[in-house]
Amino acid sequence: MTSRANEALEAFYEALRDDDADQLYDRAPCGYLSTAPDGMIIKVNQTFLDLTGYQRAQLVGRVRFVQLLSAGGRIYYETHYAPMLGMQGHAHEIAFDLVRADKSRLPVLVNAVLERDAQGSPLVIRTAVFDARLRREYERELLRAKQRAEESETRAKALAQTLQQTLIPPAPPVIPHLDVAAAYRPTGDGSEVGGDFYDVFQIGTNDWVVAVGDVCGKGVEAAVVTALARYTLRAAIVEHAEPSTALATLNEVLLHHHTNRFCTAVLLRLRYAEGKWAGTVSCAGHPRPLLRQPDGTLHTVGKPGALLGVVDSPHLHDVQFRLLPGDMLVLYTDGITEARSGKVFYGDEKLAALVARSFDSAAALTSAVLSEVLEFQSGRPHDDIVVVAVRVPV
Amino acid sequence: MVSIGSRHNIHQSGRPDGQPMLFAHGFGCDQHMWRYVAPRFEDEFRVVLFDHVGAGQSDLSAYDPQRYSSLSGYAEDIVAVCTELELRDVIFVGHSVSAMMGVLAAAAAPDLFAKLVLIGPSPCYLDDADYVGGFSVEDINDMLESLESNYLGWSSVMAPVIMGRPDRPELGNELTESFCRTDPSIARRFARVTFLSDNRDDLHAVATPTLVLQCANDVIAPVSVGEFVRDRMPNASMVLLDATGHCPNLSAPEETAAAIEHFVRGSAPASR
Repeated sequence: MTSRANEALEAFYEALRDDDADQLYDRAPCGYLSTAPDGMIIKVNQTFLDLTGYQRAQLVGRVRFVQLLSAGGRIYYETHYAPMLGMQGHAHEIAFDLVRADKSRLPVLVNAVLERDAQGSPLVIRTAVFDARLRREYERELLRAKQRAEESETRAKALAQTLQQTLIPPAPPVIPHLDVAAAYRPTGDGSEVGGDFYDVFQIGTNDWVVAVGDVCGKGVEAAVVTALARYTLRAAIVEHAEPSTALATLNEVLLHHHTNRFCTAVLLRLRYAEGKWAGTVSCAGHPRPLLRQPDGTLHTVGKPGALLGVVDSPHLHDVQFRLLPGDMLVLYTDGITEARSGKVFYGDEKLAALVARSFDSAAALTSAVLSEVLEFQSGRPHDDIVVVAVRVPV
Repeated sequence: MVSIGSRHNIHQSGRPDGQPMLFAHGFGCDQHMWRYVAPRFEDEFRVVLFDHVGAGQSDLSAYDPQRYSSLSGYAEDIVAVCTELELRDVIFVGHSVSAMMGVLAAAAAPDLFAKLVLIGPSPCYLDDADYVGGFSVEDINDMLESLESNYLGWSSVMAPVIMGRPDRPELGNELTESFCRTDPSIARRFARVTFLSDNRDDLHAVATPTLVLQCANDVIAPVSVGEFVRDRMPNASMVLLDATGHCPNLSAPEETAAAIEHFVRGSAPASR
């Protein structure tokens, strides 16, 4: 280092050393106050006077710190700040508005410590006051942004719930000679739109369709695909007699839609003729329906088929079967079998054991399944739950 | 259903068979406010401390915005605490807004209460015609804004500490560090109820012997307001404390406790 630079540095240190204690106090880059325990100002530095526009004589021995605050700040001082100081001996980063000599307001941040004497009695409160105008402005912006965010969250929740209701029919229709019931429970608190759906509708005299499906994912995009799937199946099954063909149509639609979401579904067509119900079922990557016979024996119906929305020509099959008096057919989504309690899945076996029990009605079965699966997850389902049951009355 | 003990974080001390003294904290803090005063009564009384729902270590999930949209919801809680703990001849000590809750509780269940001690009471904080409550509506809005700016850092950092972790008692020390903080949305609602209530017309109906403890320089409840309470209540006296501010239970516990002791132990009437 050159000698000239050395000299400059020495001079700088010298100047710093000249900064005596009084200067350090008076010219500190923050307002500084000492007050009696009751808040009466006993000492104040020049920076504080500069910030507030008061003369020293106007404050010292005359004014308590709380009296320099805005009305709202005075309430906060008495209800929060003073108790905090009294209880824990310090308060940090408290936002106040000081009222200046000219009545204008100065946003500040305040740190304070309460010092006690040897006996533990409060002796003096030392308070540092920082100009916080810019910071306060920024915080106001943050608060405004937070309020806006909360408002839009409320709107989004309302929208999600409305949407949810359009995806799920309020109750299955009444079908002559058939007992139908459905139970549906969206995941979480209902603020998000899930991907499960079901539908029960008529396409001709004594000709009915039950659809249960599951679009992967949640949220708005999943909801769009869910609506698409539900309406595509409605349209397609009118056009094509076989459920597998309707599912293949949905596959086409999903592949051409701007989405990479796939979907599982089971489509069931039920026809009533000459006092008997005949069914045709096709499964696309979906758990196969369970058929419970009056003697308690249980079968799966249908053949496993491919997921929809993944490959061009998925293997799909139609399987025909009869529904006899007393038979109960149960369609469901994997929100039931994959329900988890810790690391344990609810699983196929528990569901089979439950369905094997005797139920008087389709509704008794669907509500029993829903409540058992909810209970298994302590009331907080991690996925949507759909169960639809159709039963031929005896 | 959470028990009333954990809902209100009830703590009892003193003589189980003694006359009960129920201490109710005001807006802003919790039962720690009584730390320097309540123990002085343990020799003779059954001392009961609790947190209002939404404050301190109360069960925040029990906070029902509808129920607590007026002071009567809080007054019902006070009666419920007395009933649940089978307290009789209760000496109710209420600070700040809890003073008016005590008045409402005594109006609803007069047989429950033997005496009321009201510290820094105000039946109405807003100015109204000839009545000087000390604040305008703008002042209250200003205060709500002050609350907002002081709760900025709440949610992410402080929430787990404040929400209470019964499974982690080692957090206990930090809890006293945060005793003046709670869920900001609850604080905002409680602030509104506190500062916008008008209970001036409820005072005359409460004949329970009452002591008003009034601080000399209280920017929240000025002396004239304490006098108003004393004059409207048929059986009230007032003691003017030398203490400054709104929390004599913290800033002048000796003087505060002495005045209460005189009222609850002594037979001589407090000075008017």
